[in-house]
Amino acid sequence: MRDITMRALNAAQLRGASYADVRLVRQETQSIVVKNGHIEAVSQNESAGLGVRVIVEGAWGFASSSKVSAPEAARLAGKAVEIARASGLVRSKKVSLGPAVVNVATYRTPIEIDPFTVPLEAKIALLLAADEAMRRIAGIAVAEGSMEFARESKLFASSEGSYVEQELVESGAGIEVTALGDGELQTRSYPNSFGRQQEKGGYECVLRQNLTENGERIAHETLALLGAPQCPSVRTTLILDSSQLALQVHESCGHPVELDRVLGDEASFAGTSFLTLDKLGSYRYGSPQVTIVADATVPGGLGTFGFDDEGVIAQRSTIIQNGILSGYLMSRETASQLGLPSNGAMRADGWNRIPIIRMTNINLSPGEWHFDDLISDTDDGIYMAVNKSWSIDDRRLNFQFGTQLAYEIKNGKLGRLLKNANYSGITPEFWGSCDAVCGPDDWRMWGLPNCGKGQPGQVAHVGHGAAPARFRNVQVGIH
Amino acid sequence: MLGPTRMERLARRVLALSGAEQTEVVLLAQDSALTRFAGSRIHQNVAESNIEVRVRVLDGMRAGVASVNDLADGSLRQAARNALSMARLQSKNPGLGPLPAPRTIPHVNCFARATADCTPHQRAGAVATICKLASDRGLIASGALSTATVELTVANSFGVIAYCPSTVAELSTVVMSDDSSGFALATSMDFRDIDAEQVGCEAVDKALRSRNPRPLAPGHYTVILEEYAVAEMVSTLSYLGFSAQGVQEGRSFMAGRLGQSVTGESISIWDDGLDETGLPCPFDFEGTPKTRVDLIKEGIAVAAVHDSQTAHRDGTMSTGHALPAPNSYGPLPANLFMAPGTMSRQQMLSRVNRGIWVTRFHYVNAVHPLRTTLTGMTRDGTFWIEGGELCYGLKNLRFTQGVLDAFATVRAAGSHTRLLPGMPGSVRVPALCIDDFSFTGATEF
Repeated sequence: MRDITMRALNAAQLRGASYADVRLVRQETQSIVVKNGHIEAVSQNESAGLGVRVIVEGAWGFASSSKVSAPEAARLAGKAVEIARASGLVRSKKVSLGPAVVNVATYRTPIEIDPFTVPLEAKIALLLAADEAMRRIAGIAVAEGSMEFARESKLFASSEGSYVEQELVESGAGIEVTALGDGELQTRSYPNSFGRQQEKGGYECVLRQNLTENGERIAHETLALLGAPQCPSVRTTLILDSSQLALQVHESCGHPVELDRVLGDEASFAGTSFLTLDKLGSYRYGSPQVTIVADATVPGGLGTFGFDDEGVIAQRSTIIQNGILSGYLMSRETASQLGLPSNGAMRADGWNRIPIIRMTNINLSPGEWHFDDLISDTDDGIYMAVNKSWSIDDRRLNFQFGTQLAYEIKNGKLGRLLKNANYSGITPEFWGSCDAVCGPDDWRMWGLPNCGKGQPGQVAHVGHGAAPARFRNVQVGIH
Repeated sequence: MLGPTRMERLARRVLALSGAEQTEVVLLAQDSALTRFAGSRIHQNVAESNIEVRVRVLDGMRAGVASVNDLADGSLRQAARNALSMARLQSKNPGLGPLPAPRTIPHVNCFARATADCTPHQRAGAVATICKLASDRGLIASGALSTATVELTVANSFGVIAYCPSTVAELSTVVMSDDSSGFALATSMDFRDIDAEQVGCEAVDKALRSRNPRPLAPGHYTVILEEYAVAEMVSTLSYLGFSAQGVQEGRSFMAGRLGQSVTGESISIWDDGLDETGLPCPFDFEGTPKTRVDLIKEGIAVAAVHDSQTAHRDGTMSTGHALPAPNSYGPLPANLFMAPGTMSRQQMLSRVNRGIWVTRFHYVNAVHPLRTTLTGMTRDGTFWIEGGELCYGLKNLRFTQGVLDAFATVRAAGSHTRLLPGMPGSVRVPALCIDDFSFTGATEF
């Protein structure tokens, strides 16, 4: 492969690029879906190619192709340079990447069981057993289960001298039940929403999930939701489970601290951010209980890797320190505008996309509470768990989330099950109302395999660690 | 471009490599480019060339799918083998229907040479036009201009062989001041139809008019939804309800309501992949010709769209709405149309005494799929209407509203329709004036 990368980098520089990098990427995925006792889909996909990114006279260009060869690499370099020259027609200041980054290294996701060596029959049998467990409960309309495995082999080389090889492996699975009745549709999923719980790791991640053992439980819960009373419309104390908090962190902290959004680079599509540069280091984002870190080194985290797609080493940095905005997710280009080094947040969705700033693992640091004590300490409120719907404005202030499950909290005890629960708020007010976060025993990493951003669209797989937390005076029940 | 002969030869080569009872090959060759701008400068500028080979086999009532983007014989053979071995490891699924038989595919023009030949310098020129319009008024422009050429070939072992080259160009922009923004978008098969000046002027006008926005309390208001906002609602409604799979599983609002009134009588929505005023394609990802399907006609739920599998289960014919296999959605409309009304936007506006003008929505998601209740935010041009005129910009609002309920209280539809991106494909819709639209929250800008 070194001949291909050299050919691309040399051709780019000969044509006038002041900086060039090339990425060769091969992605393999295997997915299995079962539904109502039958195999709905089994597929195996491979996609390979290379992309060349250049800076010419201070402007960016990128070209990519599925033909992996040295001549094609040289052709792409020329095309990327031509595109960069066109970019220069509408340019302000020249792109600067800051100090050179030179890393020569390899990284592999630690795995116990290579998911691609596990026989397909075993995976199907596990999903069908979970499916059978769900359908054992009469009244279920649809029972589904799925697994997804991914292996990404990638090579990054730059004109500064970086040469980084990585192999990243993911495994994930999940089950879901739908029940219908009297104009209601209720869904319960396990372990999380979004089809599955995905982690960086091998088949051991799937075996840990105990899908079959949880099938009957979620089926019962789905049927119970059909007959449950509606979540009331009221301002009250809200306790969120760790999986819903993971999405809350994702939408209301992870995205607004992306420095490209802050600087306006995503203004026309995903939007900008209320966490503007003047707020760094002083803005009260949340209560002192709220500390949030970006950590691409957490074992098993879906946003864990060795190096980002600019060759910057994976790292841990603080985003919110005891409620105060203290950092952003940065690329080399955006970090240099603040006079800082990149904290390694640039990732590309395959060979045919440029790297853009993406979340790594954005984690709410654990507090000191035990979950049972938190419930006991709450006289009146609602406990919500497992996401069902989400929406937030384009500066990440006004949000509304729905959850699959909700329970009344009365006099320190969980009470009636409630259906169609949701809550709404303004980000800094909401995090400012957080008065308790549970501790390490209740803290868990969640994987979100569906974070969309960029044009052309890119999907990132990101992680969030969280423990249940309590928020005061929250509006719930928006119908 | 590969052209029909090379695409067909490649498809037949893959079919010959398969040892399955039934085999389908989908070839998707794509050359695309996108120039993105922000802060009135080009900050991302990309191009991609790819060809995906997707093999679906059916063997003894079992199915498997494999895809590669490497055209070497060994890779293609391995993909065919993988698909078959995955199928043969399964138990039989008696609900699985056969691959479709060949049907006559109508001709429709989906290709414009000007789009396929568009250069980075042409794209930069269009972007420069918008950036200058914005900077001349002290505003900042961002957006994207994309062009794509796609060649789709579908072939199967029953004799289906279909080829279609298509193009699409799309220009969108958000123009911002320090306290306001305006949006505009144009899309077409032909790059020459994209008028950067017009798109830029529309967005600049919105950004200027919505300066110094004022807050408004949530509540129920009469709204005029521009085509951008209506397209979002129609696309989401389609995703929630117009797939036969959703109807069969009871997850669609259409389930048990076909033949019944679901909206006001002024609402008609259909899908037509052959209408050249959309972004047409004569066949779907199973090589089945697309047929026009009336989904809601004068307020009555008429039908959902089918692929071969949902049609097999219902004992009917596919309507030509298959997506690439496998997928969890089932069939979906990709060429939606909503019937226009008779009023210009100005006429609609003049008849609203107090209300809200919405340019577009942001981050729309279903709250209650069966009731088609959605939530989302307004964005990039929200105005207070009083006495039939736009008075001033509003800070953005959150809506939580049933689409079918909203379409039951439509006061008027615009006489002009606009072609916009759909989910997937395209959607052509008018602006709507709707009474009693529910806003449940507000944001700070």
